[in-house]
Amino acid sequence: MLKIAKERLNELYARINQTMGLFIPVKKAGEVNYAVWKEGKEVSLETLKTVKSPKNMFFPQTENMMKFKTEGKNLEVIDVRRDYAEEGKLFVLFGVKACDYKAIDVLDKVFLAEPIDTYYKARRDASVIVTLACSKPEESCFCGVFGIDATAPQGDVTTWLDESYLYWQANTEKGENLTKLVADLFENGGDAEVRAQRQTTSEILQKLPYANLDLSVFKPENLNELFEDSAWEEMSEACLGCGTCTFVCPTCQCFDIRDFKTNEGVLRYRCWDSCMYSDFTLMAHGNSRTTQMQRFRQRFMHKLVYYPSQNDGLYSCVGCGRCVNKCPQKLNIVKVIKTLGGKKND
Amino acid sequence: MNAQKQLLESGEVARVIGWKKGDFCFDPSPASFETVEELKDFVYDYFCGANLSKYLIQMSKKEGKTAVFLKPCDTYSFNQLVKEHRINRENVYVIAIECLAKLDIEKIKANNVSFVTGVEVVDKEVKVTSIDGEITLNKPDVVLTKCATCNKTHQVKDEEIILHERPIKDVNRFEEVEKLEAMTEEERFAFWREQLSKCIRCNACRNVCPACSCVKCVFDNPASSISAKANDDKFEEQLFHIIRAFHVAGRCTDCGECSRVCPQNIPLHLLNRKFIKDIDGMYGEYQAGETSDGKTPLTSYTEGDVEPKDVFNGEAK
Repeated sequence: MLKIAKERLNELYARINQTMGLFIPVKKAGEVNYAVWKEGKEVSLETLKTVKSPKNMFFPQTENMMKFKTEGKNLEVIDVRRDYAEEGKLFVLFGVKACDYKAIDVLDKVFLAEPIDTYYKARRDASVIVTLACSKPEESCFCGVFGIDATAPQGDVTTWLDESYLYWQANTEKGENLTKLVADLFENGGDAEVRAQRQTTSEILQKLPYANLDLSVFKPENLNELFEDSAWEEMSEACLGCGTCTFVCPTCQCFDIRDFKTNEGVLRYRCWDSCMYSDFTLMAHGNSRTTQMQRFRQRFMHKLVYYPSQNDGLYSCVGCGRCVNKCPQKLNIVKVIKTLGGKKND
Repeated sequence: MNAQKQLLESGEVARVIGWKKGDFCFDPSPASFETVEELKDFVYDYFCGANLSKYLIQMSKKEGKTAVFLKPCDTYSFNQLVKEHRINRENVYVIAIECLAKLDIEKIKANNVSFVTGVEVVDKEVKVTSIDGEITLNKPDVVLTKCATCNKTHQVKDEEIILHERPIKDVNRFEEVEKLEAMTEEERFAFWREQLSKCIRCNACRNVCPACSCVKCVFDNPASSISAKANDDKFEEQLFHIIRAFHVAGRCTDCGECSRVCPQNIPLHLLNRKFIKDIDGMYGEYQAGETSDGKTPLTSYTEGDVEPKDVFNGEAK
């Protein structure tokens, strides 16, 4: 275990940034989100939940896919993809919490399965992920329900932060290489402090009000029964149909592909979509879901039933609690789990 | 408080729209109640900040009357929607309820509180218990932004429930707007760019806004050719919210829901307030939603109307 005094973290960021890009939680106009680190930015590792999750470092909210140029009867397709790793353009994603790290697993299963999403893969290959253990989980957190240990996230490097030090432990070859780059800034030590912090945090985690949510009914064989449940109507009644829950969610992965006419030709881009939106999955024949109840149901059935049924039981919720905090009308996945999940959740 | 129970029991209304208690003390959700049995989960407390009036666009078209709980500020939105023929007034029973300012859990938690177990209001103090112990906060510091400068009074009461008398506050709701006006153009542009660059285009502001009641928003319509689902820096930072503010100018009642629901806490209400202030200055004081009929300054011509050239030259009041 290595450690570095908190006052020296800026030196650490600057060192990493000499050779690699650095994305880290930064405060801007009062809110903390992942952003490119630059000297003078206000880093906030203490912030438990960035508003947006780090997923947009791999799967940006908008991304250009290709360009088309027409000349006479010829159509030229211009590939805008880049292989960052090949170009030697690695970046460090710093301060990823255990829930958000697990969310990357969920995304990998979608984007790295055949046919591989090369846009996503290029960023994944170029990334070195430095996770940060939680020390002050809050009432909306429920990562433990999904088997995640907030006190010891994985990643290329795992770090822990207390009042005085950041503790550092490399887990992978990528992590070891990063450590070599910054090793002279660190000193040895911290095992006892990390053990003590993990112990204290674990005790808080057990006391969290959502620590014992029961997910046992959410399994593929109950699909029809859950789908037909009469409670969806009532649960979705107050839903505004905004995209807040889907855009702050670290695992939501739906996107829309659109063409944009430019002076030079056509630009094809993709952007995050939201199952809460009225034009979600709109096709030439119309829309397969015409009511907000159907769209609302889609979101939670996808997280709790459809996705796990295709991915060995892995839920596509990681219990980060962002939707719990951010839904304008305070509807969220926990209320759905409690309503449909039976008596054990009372 | 059992108006809702009597109304349901007597069959005078088919449903009541109010708030349903959540998992914590601070997360009630808007909900409709159709039976007395369902009312066991009804709650009205310091976290019932949501404006329920917009739900009536749908609810008032249903079979049977809908009773709705409206706080003073919500009644302005209600009137405005009635004026715009979006709510079927005869099908609604308004229960006017007192407010006393709602709390903002994010502002409470910003005081280094991370695991809240209870919130209690005693006069001007908010006692917050968490696993770290108890702290006492000054209530005006932790109310919703929309409540901090509110001096609204009930405009609609089919039935009124008074819990406390409401003190009229000595506040200037245009204070923040004046600060922005005092900036140089460059400073103001930088302020809004920084704020609006946080936008994730979730459309929560638009969807919650009682003045944004178009059946199909032009930005959601693939046939409009300006359908915009993508979050684009230039558009979000410089156009979307400003276009929206123009669209609701003269109809915005300053209910403040846009700022309440913004996940990035962009002070969107300041755009609307600037328009309200300008309308007051150019056409005489006007409060949208004060009545459900009558003329409005931007849609009715009078000879004394300000000339556009005076606005552009900065000579209008």
